[in-house]
Amino acid sequence: MNVLTDNLPLFGEGFLGTVELTVYSSLLALALGFLMASFRVAPVASLRAVGTVWVAVLRNTPLTLLFFAVLLGLPRFGLVLPFKVFAVLALGCYTSAFICEALRSGINTVPRGQGEAARSLGMTFGQTLTLVVLPQAFRSVIPPVGSTLIALAKNSAIAGAFSVTELLGTYKTLGELGYDVVWTFVWIALGYLVVTLAISALFTALERTWGVAR
Amino acid sequence: MAVDPLIELRDVNKYYGDLHVLRDIDLTVGKGEVVVIVGPSGSGKSTLCRTINRLETVESGTVALDGRPLPEEGRALARLRAEVGMVFQSFNLFAHRTVLQNVSLAQVKVRGRKKGEAERRSRELLDRVGLAAHADKYPAQLSGGQQQRVAIARALAMDPKALLFDEPTSALDPEMINEVLEVMRQLAREGMTMVVVTHEMGFARSAAHRVVFMADGRIVEDRTPEEFFTNPHSDRAKDFLSKILKH
Repeated sequence: MNVLTDNLPLFGEGFLGTVELTVYSSLLALALGFLMASFRVAPVASLRAVGTVWVAVLRNTPLTLLFFAVLLGLPRFGLVLPFKVFAVLALGCYTSAFICEALRSGINTVPRGQGEAARSLGMTFGQTLTLVVLPQAFRSVIPPVGSTLIALAKNSAIAGAFSVTELLGTYKTLGELGYDVVWTFVWIALGYLVVTLAISALFTALERTWGVAR
Repeated sequence: MAVDPLIELRDVNKYYGDLHVLRDIDLTVGKGEVVVIVGPSGSGKSTLCRTINRLETVESGTVALDGRPLPEEGRALARLRAEVGMVFQSFNLFAHRTVLQNVSLAQVKVRGRKKGEAERRSRELLDRVGLAAHADKYPAQLSGGQQQRVAIARALAMDPKALLFDEPTSALDPEMINEVLEVMRQLAREGMTMVVVTHEMGFARSAAHRVVFMADGRIVEDRTPEEFFTNPHSDRAKDFLSKILKH
């Protein structure tokens, strides 16, 4: 039980590491997911192809493999960055594929005529998407995007295996110090709960404000 | 009659897979002309209407507006589309915006008008279609006829050179059809160039300069309403008229 109180700084550091990974990767995933979703519905065939390949590759690669590819592969091409940045890249790109598909399913819920009306008024593709289609799609994608970001928070544990400071990784140090592994994991699990419940609270609030009125 | 051609379609062909929906369409609409397109369902009337602002692409042939051929995609196409208003069967008002915002949005974003100026123009147009009191409502709070009149105001707000109507009254309750047709008649009287796909033969008779009869993707007849309704040439048109005018 006293494993938490004895090692508060260590837990705190790990917890902050997880929060940081989650926040930065989420931002990257949302930005890239938004971009790729726009590509996938674009009138230009080459952009659609880029979006499709992006989703196919990243969604179908095991995340651990992707971490290996980024952490070991990119330095070979002369790109050397802190491990934490690599971890954010891997997590963000991986999750962006799922965000992209969630956004696209939302875009598909908006009746075709909405986009046609916007285009017939002379709006460009970008204006049609950002002024008419996405604001309506946004309402229906709040729940699936929330789930995807919760999955991202939990997936960040893999970064610990690549010597990035995060919550799960603390168990190694604590195990070596001789603490009971069960209690260590209970506190770690609670730490993850704090992060994931915070994300779901945020998305519940978003849904209450912006969700589809029924 | 066609003094100054505004909309010109030449040898337009369109396929949906193997289905040949538009066959060698030639159509010229002059400035100020009201052309009503009639025909049995599946004859390609709506598709024809939608090719004029390239909501439907065509496999061959050219579509030109005011002498300029429609570009494939991108900003140039968007600019030309702004010159042609479109009114849809299902209204397609932006569901997340109020009536006023629906009419103002493209004025600000496409025409680059100031917000205040756009809203003044919007209220003017809403007043003209008899809906000034509903400016702050959302589309879902209006009846079908009211929504369609907002859609007409939204199209007019761009100061278009022509208006396309794709079965504007087909989704309306019978008692609301007239309020929409009345607005359209008024526009026709004021000299707006209009292409109207409709089943309202009364409107075709009273407001159209020309009636275009389509069947199986072809233009079968293209004549004045008087001639078309009293003395149709083709058997296809005679058959069509006998079915719809009897009761």
